[in-house]
Amino acid sequence: MRRDVFQAIADPTRRQIINLIAHQTLTPNGVADSFDVSRQAISKHIQILAECGIISIKQQGRERYCYVQPKKLDEVSDWLADFRKSWESRFDKLDDLLAKMQNKTDDNNKSK
Amino acid sequence: MKNKTKTTAEQGVQELFIEREFEAPRELVFKAFNDPELLVQWLGPRDLTMSIDHLDSRTGGSYRFMHCPATGEGFGFNGVIHEVTGPERMIRTFEYEGMPERGHVSLETATFEPLIGGRTKLAIHCVFKSVADRDGMVASGMERGVTDSHERLDALLAKMVNQPA
Repeated sequence: MRRDVFQAIADPTRRQIINLIAHQTLTPNGVADSFDVSRQAISKHIQILAECGIISIKQQGRERYCYVQPKKLDEVSDWLADFRKSWESRFDKLDDLLAKMQNKTDDNNKSK
Repeated sequence: MKNKTKTTAEQGVQELFIEREFEAPRELVFKAFNDPELLVQWLGPRDLTMSIDHLDSRTGGSYRFMHCPATGEGFGFNGVIHEVTGPERMIRTFEYEGMPERGHVSLETATFEPLIGGRTKLAIHCVFKSVADRDGMVASGMERGVTDSHERLDALLAKMVNQPA
């Protein structure tokens, strides 16, 4: 079973959970209160998020609290940044080509 | 100052958006996307030689491009061209032939929007068969690495300086 940051954020409910606990630390029950789905379903999502390393669960007294691990989410932005760079290098080449094509067009117009 | 490339890939959906502006009229940008001799000069990845098996750039046409390393076998990708409406839009399919199974096809729409001052805004919208396919495509762009990109650009620039138009 794949357990990484991308699987964690592939599900819309899990994305909502991340958003929720990014703003306030909550217990699993506190998270479940914000959703219309069952506590068992939310508990399963929290378990997956924890296995993916997106959230950590810490015992404090009698309660367990969910914390976001923001560094894990950085993996996602890095992932897209490298893809963007591969296109940037192509478009940089296209810039140069377009400049060359425009110079040629200008020369042709002058000679006419 | 280079124009910025904007990529958008919302998590959990099978879409991908690429946007970029160019300092050239859209007729020229469109031509650079459709003329085989121009296309090979910019579309290939850095560490590979790009060649065009065929490109029939018209509505109902098709294409097949090859990327070949210096040694060893290359890989191809192909698709059919759904629509070419110059100089504003082209729609085509894309399939990477290196996949373990066939059928992982994406649909690409490129629009060329004229901007004031003879500039152009390019927007590419890709829709993949699944989120996994989309994520795989993005990840493959990452694997190719970034370190050699500037070397390749430098080489092209040097060639152009040595061969003034």
